[in-house]
Formats: sequence, C-alpha cells, structure tokens
Amino acid sequence: MATAIKPEPTRRDFLYIATGAVGAVGTAFTAWPFIDQMNPTSAVLALASIEVDLASVQPGQQVVFKWRGHPLFVRRRTPKEIAEARAVAVTDLIDPLARNANLPDSAPATDANREFKPEWLVLLGVCTHLGCTPTVSTPQSPQGDYGGWLCHCHGSQYDTSGRVRKGPAPQNLAVPPYSFMSDTKIKVG
Amino acid sequence: MAGNSTYVPATGFTRWLDKRLPILRLTHDTVSTFPTPRNLNIWYTFGGILTFCLGVQIVTGVVLAMHYVASADLAFNSVEGGIMREVNYGWLIRILHANGASMFFLAVYIHMFRGVYYGSYKEPREMIWILGVLIYLLMMATAFFGYVLPWGQMSFWGATVITSLFSALDQVIPHLGTAITTWLWGDFAVGDATLNRFFSLHYLLPFAIAAVVGLHIWALHIPGNNNPLGIDVKGPQDTVPFHPYYTAKDAFYLALFMILFAAFVFYAPDFFGNPDNSIQANPLVTPTDIVPEWYLLPYYAMLRSVPQKLIGVLVLLGSLVTLFLIPWLDSSKVRSCRFRPLMKQCFWVFALDCVLLGYVGSQSADAVLNLGGMQLPLVWLARAGTAYYFAYFWVLMPLVGRIERTKALPESIAKSVLGTAGERI
Repeated sequence: MATAIKPEPTRRDFLYIATGAVGAVGTAFTAWPFIDQMNPTSAVLALASIEVDLASVQPGQQVVFKWRGHPLFVRRRTPKEIAEARAVAVTDLIDPLARNANLPDSAPATDANREFKPEWLVLLGVCTHLGCTPTVSTPQSPQGDYGGWLCHCHGSQYDTSGRVRKGPAPQNLAVPPYSFMSDTKIKVG
Repeated sequence: MAGNSTYVPATGFTRWLDKRLPILRLTHDTVSTFPTPRNLNIWYTFGGILTFCLGVQIVTGVVLAMHYVASADLAFNSVEGGIMREVNYGWLIRILHANGASMFFLAVYIHMFRGVYYGSYKEPREMIWILGVLIYLLMMATAFFGYVLPWGQMSFWGATVITSLFSALDQVIPHLGTAITTWLWGDFAVGDATLNRFFSLHYLLPFAIAAVVGLHIWALHIPGNNNPLGIDVKGPQDTVPFHPYYTAKDAFYLALFMILFAAFVFYAPDFFGNPDNSIQANPLVTPTDIVPEWYLLPYYAMLRSVPQKLIGVLVLLGSLVTLFLIPWLDSSKVRSCRFRPLMKQCFWVFALDCVLLGYVGSQSADAVLNLGGMQLPLVWLARAGTAYYFAYFWVLMPLVGRIERTKALPESIAKSVLGTAGERI
C-alpha cells in the first residue's frame, strides 16, 4: 500500500475492546477473594491485645510473654544499662528512627523515645533481619558487644535500648503499642 | 525423534486403540526405539533415577497425608507419636519420605553438574535446561514446605526465617514487606494458618513438578540427548535404541542408587536430620544455630555473607536467577568440558566452591576457622565463595569461551567409541 490509511474503528473493534476490558476487570474481581483469604482471619485479629503484670520482674531481668504469636520482651533495666543507652548519640546508630508504635514514625531513636519509663523496656522479640528471637545479654552471660541482645541466627547485635548496632538487621527492635494501666501493669496491643 | 514413527500395531486391539488414542505409539517412539547416543556414561542415568525419586516421594507422601494432622497443636504429635510409633510401618514410610528428599536433591545436583560439565544447556537444548531449573526451584519450594510440616523447632524457625526474606521489601517500599509476610503467614507470626497452607501447597507442588518433568522430557526428545563428547549425532551409526540399551543401564545404576538410599533408611535414618526438630515448635525460643537442610546450605551461606539485609536477599535471588541465563552466558562453541581444558579447571573449582559454601552455611554465623594460629572468620570464606559463584557464571563463562584453545573434537561418536571399526558400521 502506498499510503497507510488508518482504518476507521468499527463496531467490531469496539466490541473486542469492551469484551476484553470486562473480562480483565472480572478476572481481577474474581482473583481478589482468592488472594485476600490468605490474610489473617477475624479470629486472629480479635486476639491482638494482652495485659502484662510487671510486679514480679526484678531489676536486670527480662521476662518473655507471647503477643500476636511473637515473643514480647519486658526488660527491667538497671541504672547502668539506662546510662549506657542514654550515652549513645543518635548519629552513631544504624537505624536513626525510634520504631516506637506509640510515637510518630519520624521520632528519632533516642533512648527516651524507646520507652515510657526509663526502667521498663517493652520490645517485640523479633530480630528485624529474618525474625529469629535474639538472646538477652546479662552481666553473667554477655551476648555480643553492646549489652543488649545478640541474634544467633545471623549475628545481629542490639544495645540496652534494643537498637541495632551491628547488621545484618536493618532496624531497631520494634516497640509495640502499649500503655501503663497502673505502676505495675501494662496493656499491649 | 519427531515425525518418523516405526510403530506397527500387532493385534486387533492395538490397531483399534492406535486410531483412537496413539498412546502405545508414543511410548514406542519415545522410549523403545528412541535413538540415543551410544556413548552415554553413568552420569546420564540420573534422569531415570530422578523420576524414581519423584515417584517415591509422591507415593510415600500420599500415604503420610492419610495419617498427618495439619494443626499447630497436633502436627508434631501426629508425626512423632502417630506416624513414627503407632501407624503400621509409619516409621518406614516417613523415613523413606524424609531421606527420599535428600536422595532426590543428591541426584538432582549430580544431574545438574553433569549438564554444566558437558554443556547440555547449550543450543539447541536451552529449553531443557530452563525447564530443569524450574523443576529445581519447585523442588526447593516443595522441600521447604515439607520440612515445616513436622512442626519441630527447626521447622518453625526455618519457616520464620525463609518467609521473613520477603520483609526485605520494607526497605524498598515501607510496610510492603510486612504486609506480604502477614499475607503469607495468615497471622502476625508463623502459626496454625501458615502450617495449613504449607500442607496444601506441599501436596500440590509435586504434581506441578511432574507436569514440568513431562515438558522437560518432551523438550529433550526434540534434539535428543547431548553426550559426553558434546558433539551432534551424525547418523544411525552414532546411536542405539533407548530400549534395551539404556533401560538396562538405567536400571543397573538405579539399583545401586537404591542400595545407597536403603543404607540411609535402615542404618542412618537421622543422618540428614537435625536434632532440634525432635523438639516441638516453640515460638518464644529460637534454637542457637538455625541451619537449613544440607541441600540449601550453599544459598544460606551466600545470604549470610552480606551484612545488609536487602542486598543479602538480592544475592540469594540472583544466585538462582543466574541459573536460567547460563545458556546465553557461556560463549563457547564447544559443549563438553572434555575439550575445554581451561573451563574444565574453572568447573572443578566451581564444584569445590559449592561444597565450601555448603560447609560455611552449616557453621554458625560468627564461626572462626583456626588455621595454624591464623584466625579466619568463616564469613570471609563465604564472601570469597559467593564472589566465585557469581564470577563463574558472569565472568568466566562469557570470557573463557573467547580466550581458550579447545582440543580437537572427534569426527563422530561412533569413531570415538569404536575406533576405526566405527567407519564400518
């Protein structure tokens, strides 16, 4: 053909495109229930908060509870541990954000931004690398170089504020949403 | 090969059947008379061995599913109590299934290394290779899902670590990775919902593997087998019919393989197992050393060799994606390493490298090797090993083919096998 003439769209072209579009949208709508059924069920979502009694936790001790299927660390810090955590400059940290669900996302990772009361550190015991449970460091059995936690799976280390100090973990241990109901009781979730 | 069937139905029934469903013709052409290079060695018997392994896993697996309970509360007991102690011969069937997985991977690794050594992925066999890599990935997924089902400590924490690989996407788009892991788990952690869907997929995937194996064999029957010389079949003098020559050879080596398999099953049933998996899953305590099954250790070492999460996951992913590309990465016109003196050395270093990575993957993350007073952190070995793994495919394969002087190829398979007698055939 000497001249390329763009053919006029016909009724048939319109029907092809309309049918194809309806088919694609229909497929997407049909696929969604099959995708969304994988998400947590309403029964799982309903079990999402617990109350924790702090009265029995001694200074320097960590107690582990279970929340949303994960370990929940409740650590009663000694004055020395608090002082160590507070002495670290935010600029020296791998992850400069507080990762505290009770604060805005942009809150810096100062030790004060990691807890409500300096003595009580409440953290998700889930290494931010690949989800193992880090081992707590105590003066009797030190784990790693920062006095907090060591994850044995891939060697990540956390300080006494639960902030990551040595990779491969990319983020500080998460602080879950919680509040003090009394001096010795918190509600998590 | 396609299009020259020599099948002649012998009876009235087979003539009737041949017009309606030519399944006997298909079997005759693809198994009985299929012209196969006459020089295939022991390493070519692993295709048949792998088919056997898949069959064992499906038969034992279907039986185990009759006694297994996919529930976080009951799974461990249904395996360790029910199947291992109460079901008649349950112990045998489970041990066959568990060791069968290791045997399957042992065979697939030999099969893959053989393919790389003899250049079986090269033109015109690229599709056979690609389908093979796909089967390998499906095998890894199936094995991973299966390993979670007994719900021991290593099951649980292995599932946690592997699914958490997706959380690396948080570093690309915030919250995306977490949303995906929650979706995969059906919960905020690995739990009952996760176990049930893994069981469903573990039952499904072997049939997907069987389907891709069908495609793999179909693709193989278009150009026919490669061979240790890596040269093309030039005529009937270079081949023998698959049956009885290779059915007999495959059967012999399959029998040897079954002796090895039986030796593990009856004398060292826990050889490949991890003692931590005899402890029921506990979501609050991670075992001190998490190790995957032996066949995944090299990848685990590569993942751990990188101190940055996202890059570590990308290295792991890249090591697998690379496998799909090697038909185009290798620049050599000569297929077999028998005639590639330089590539042959690179290949054996690569094979050793995979073993080394496997060893490093089996050790703890912060392990240090003491070499006569010199302290060598294993992570550096892992890094060197990872570097060579990628260099082998992305640097040596393209480069060596261009610079190496290959040895002279034999004139034909028949001549190489039979000497001058080959000319008389």
